[in-house]
Amino acid sequence: MTTVNFSKEELERYSRHLIIPEFNIEGQRKLKSTRVLVIGTGGLGAPLLQYLTAAGVGTIGLLDFDVVDVTNLQRQVLFSVSDVGKPKVEAAKERLQALNPHVEFEVHNTRLTSENALDIIREYDLVADGTDNFPTRYLVNDACVLLGKPNVYASIFRFEGQVSVFNYTDESGNTGPNYRDLFPEPPPPGLVPSCAEGGVIGVLPGIIGSLQASEVIKVITGLGETLSGRLFLFDALSFETRTFKVHKDDDNPLNGKNPTMTGLIDYQQFCGITDQKEGEADVKEITVEELYGLKQRHEDHQLIDVRESYEYEIANLGGELIPLSTVVEEVARVSSDKKVIVHCRSGKRSADAIKLLEDKYGFTNLYNLKGGILAYADDVDHSLAKY
Amino acid sequence: MAKVIIPTPLRKFTENQSSIEASGNTVFEAISDIAGKFPDVKQHLFDSDGKLRNFIRIYVGDEDIKALNNENTSIENESVLSIVPAIAGGVE
Repeated sequence: MTTVNFSKEELERYSRHLIIPEFNIEGQRKLKSTRVLVIGTGGLGAPLLQYLTAAGVGTIGLLDFDVVDVTNLQRQVLFSVSDVGKPKVEAAKERLQALNPHVEFEVHNTRLTSENALDIIREYDLVADGTDNFPTRYLVNDACVLLGKPNVYASIFRFEGQVSVFNYTDESGNTGPNYRDLFPEPPPPGLVPSCAEGGVIGVLPGIIGSLQASEVIKVITGLGETLSGRLFLFDALSFETRTFKVHKDDDNPLNGKNPTMTGLIDYQQFCGITDQKEGEADVKEITVEELYGLKQRHEDHQLIDVRESYEYEIANLGGELIPLSTVVEEVARVSSDKKVIVHCRSGKRSADAIKLLEDKYGFTNLYNLKGGILAYADDVDHSLAKY
Repeated sequence: MAKVIIPTPLRKFTENQSSIEASGNTVFEAISDIAGKFPDVKQHLFDSDGKLRNFIRIYVGDEDIKALNNENTSIENESVLSIVPAIAGGVE
């Protein structure tokens, strides 16, 4: 390794690190000579990237395929109103480069896939995973294990966060557990909603992403005890924290006693996600324009909204509110003698409601509003709030 | 009665209770007690063969029951059990 030197500006900038006896210039050298890949530049990425940049990590890779949306600003404090519509990685790089010109940024404006993951991750020393879905969680984990890279993991849901360090090899060469040791299989689709569906309190990723940044810095510098072999849990509502032991699993297909995986797999399939969204394919549909036409012509129909009441408060089409979970007990309110249009936010839950009603009661007059109230807000009524 | 801490994603099946007192001498009995009180939660904890699901970990104190005696791990009145599911949120 070539000697890492610092300019006068850098020495001044990092002086609060340099005067910590156990950190000192050696710790700062390790930061500067390390290449970190941050996967996901959203809620967790915002604090994580800002602290890693400020701390002086030498090279930071930013990976995200998304563009900044107005609903991101409630928690993704890396972005401003003027960034809406820009690729997240570009907006993030601009902000971070202004924070610390001594850091190199490498932008990957792409979705991480089984095809590109090994090539991208191979170029880095360490990965920080702040993605938002199970297929990518397993993909990041498996690629890190196959390449021997530590994976600093954090995840959030509503008021609850998890942090751990996976696949960390300590000074004596012992490698700790990975995500598959903790959770051998993902939950079936739909059981654990994403933050887009289930919501998240805006400050939570700020807390959890900062803890993740702290673990990244510990892994790089070798300071203290990392969360390798432990899972940290934070519940913001009760303000309870718990730390659990994580053990290696002999049945781990990657590096257990009898490993069966030597490469990456199809993670959508592994997580039970099929290309065709379940339920949407085999119910009758109506477009938002057709619904608008029906309303304009005052044609007899019933409009049912299967979302929750708190969603109805944000925006509604004046439909009868029958949340999906109550559809069966409220079946008497569903007309059988006229056209019934069922809608939700994006069309998934309403398709599930229709399938349920058709299978259980034999309805034949139910139509799913394609794209849900989001499509109606896009194509018919721009005054409706999207969420 | 042991205390069982319910994770956020499962609270909708437990009338929003974040912790529940459960009776039983083993982890299996305590979890079954909860599944009896809140039938909707059962399918998320056990598969059709009655085995605990693979995307849920159960801890007694800070120890994974897999490192103890699995579902047959004995518990006491002051035991704290945690159900920890996989969650995936981060970006959106």
